[in-house]
Amino acid sequence: MRYITLDHGSGGLASQELLADHLLPFLKNSMLNELEDSAVIQIGDTKIAFTTDSYVVDPIFFPGGDIAKLAVNGTLNDLAMKAANPLYLSLGLILEEGFPLNELEQVVSSLAKAAQDAGVTVVTGDTKVVPHGKGDRIFINTSGIGIIDCAPIPSYRRIQPGDCILVSGTVGDHGITILTSRKGLHLETPILSDTMPLHGLVAALLDKVGACLHCMRDPTRGGLATTLTELASRSGWSFEVDEQAIPITHAVASACEILGFDPLYLANEGKCVIFVSSECAQEALRFIRSRSEGCDAAIIGRVLSDKNGRVVLNTAIGGKRLLRPLAGEPLPRIC
Amino acid sequence: MNDSSSFEADYRKPALISFLRQRLVSVFDADRGREVFCMEVCGTHTVSIFRHGIRSMLPLGLHLISGPGCPVCVTTQRDIDAFIWLSHQDCIVTTFGDLMRVPGTESSLQEARATGARVLPVYSPMDVISVAKEHSNLLVVFLAVGFETTIPGIASMLYEAKRLNLSNLAIYSAMKLMPPVLTAIFSDPDCGIQGLICPGHVSAIIGAKAYAPFVERYGVPCVITGFEPVDIMRGLCQLSEMILNGQSGIYNAYERVVSWNGNQRALDMMHRVFMPKDAQWRGLGTIPQSGLGLRPEYVDFDVSNHIQLPETLKMGQDERLPQGFLKKNHGCKCGEIIKGKASPLSCPLFGKACTPSRPFGPCMVSTEGTCAAFFKYG
Repeated sequence: MRYITLDHGSGGLASQELLADHLLPFLKNSMLNELEDSAVIQIGDTKIAFTTDSYVVDPIFFPGGDIAKLAVNGTLNDLAMKAANPLYLSLGLILEEGFPLNELEQVVSSLAKAAQDAGVTVVTGDTKVVPHGKGDRIFINTSGIGIIDCAPIPSYRRIQPGDCILVSGTVGDHGITILTSRKGLHLETPILSDTMPLHGLVAALLDKVGACLHCMRDPTRGGLATTLTELASRSGWSFEVDEQAIPITHAVASACEILGFDPLYLANEGKCVIFVSSECAQEALRFIRSRSEGCDAAIIGRVLSDKNGRVVLNTAIGGKRLLRPLAGEPLPRIC
Repeated sequence: MNDSSSFEADYRKPALISFLRQRLVSVFDADRGREVFCMEVCGTHTVSIFRHGIRSMLPLGLHLISGPGCPVCVTTQRDIDAFIWLSHQDCIVTTFGDLMRVPGTESSLQEARATGARVLPVYSPMDVISVAKEHSNLLVVFLAVGFETTIPGIASMLYEAKRLNLSNLAIYSAMKLMPPVLTAIFSDPDCGIQGLICPGHVSAIIGAKAYAPFVERYGVPCVITGFEPVDIMRGLCQLSEMILNGQSGIYNAYERVVSWNGNQRALDMMHRVFMPKDAQWRGLGTIPQSGLGLRPEYVDFDVSNHIQLPETLKMGQDERLPQGFLKKNHGCKCGEIIKGKASPLSCPLFGKACTPSRPFGPCMVSTEGTCAAFFKYG
């Protein structure tokens, strides 16, 4: 008998296997099979991006954000990765018996503010309460829709050899914030979650470089490495990434050294990986860096012309190795 | 990592690495056609070598073989099964995270937790004290796995627990000692390893002198080094030169951390609480005096004095893999891999029936395990 374990929720290999072996066989269809951040639906002449995400983060308040900000920004970013202009959100709350009402109000007011700041409206919702011990304080689900007003739509199918790979800022900040906020880890390094909406950046970037922008993905669970390996595998092209070029703050790098985590596998909640044709890459980089969401952006690699679907990392010291998807939930090491 | 102000950056300087690489290449150029087989004993070295892509930078004649220095990998199936059995008893099991995914005969600690067992990963043995204080009505068991690096911390925890008169805390001892296993490996006539990259953290505790009897007996050069790329490249240069020049001896390339005598305070703490006993190693069988048991004054902390383990899971019995495991694990080469006699790539299960998300043998489980490192960093 096999069971669901925390690895199935890690966003890595086990999550992919859960989808491929246990969900898709029952649900497969042409839109779902794309497995992108949002589904693209055509209704009449209008193309709509539609996505859903659930938020179960522990702790619910953490440096740089809270579960509500994640629930708004995460869903907006999934829409933004398909170049959609986000419009409406739904809100599903699953509350555990005994959850303090003042904390609920704190969460909901934060959610309202995040939605207002991002220019989206919560238009429908649902609340359920489960008995004490059957949930973990509060779980949030948000779904979102947005209109896609660009052609062609960014997709892994448009990744081409020669494309440059950009990342919009430092990686690992959110993951290490959560891991160090949890009970048992008392680091005093000031690291903040990077949660923020990216649709403004994406819309402006599309205005600037248009069809040169081939693909976007937000490297959430599983981190930058898992996102890159997924895109390489799905597009079929191999990528080359320069370790030295990947932006990582000193605080995150040090915390990872101490705790034995690899920052390339830690979650991000306000970053995107962008594939652009090489002739537009410098312009795109300059533009992204001129905006507050992307001031630490960098070109970190390029798409190669071999069809092995692998990601080669040029290490900072001059060696080479292959990047693999995250295997399971990051766990503290023995020594 | 593009922050040049960090301590690590000093030990990852591309110019320095390039210089050491040239030196390593020239060592082999001068002795064209020679093949050299070195073992990096410690799993943390294995991971660092892969993570920094060091294998891709080595001369063709230099072969690195990963040794028995991953504590999770060398823990026997019987011990793993006992850990999982314990997690289903009326107690809280605390463990280092790496043990969570190790497959037992039927399940793992992670699967046990998924079905309701109280399993709590901890970052430090000292965390176990707070868990025991918080749950004074329940037995809290710590799964004591590790080498000399981790053992003094476990000893300190028990020393503190005794001082606090904590009666609801116990350990299951599956701790291992490094020098006896190296002796066991080199006493195998098939062993083709010509030199050792000795474990940096373990050496910080036991001191460089711990390798002296071993060097004397087998004439094998030993180089102690750290885990940063500059440390490893420097260690490999030194070791290759010693092997090719036919030199034996101990060379300490990790002077900033390792002394000749080691950390006497840590050793004293370890000997105050534990005493050597014979121990079972996965794939290597019983190695005399290679494990640790509790001294009589600490024996109250032995889990077997709190919970009666089933006969089949009793510690100290000869390792005889359960029938079901043998049937299921046909083809698993963990035993040979730990001895440095096979590469993960020669195992028929590697990357197919055995992956880090569904590991078969323990070498795939720990992030420092040989197979997991091969899988993750290829």
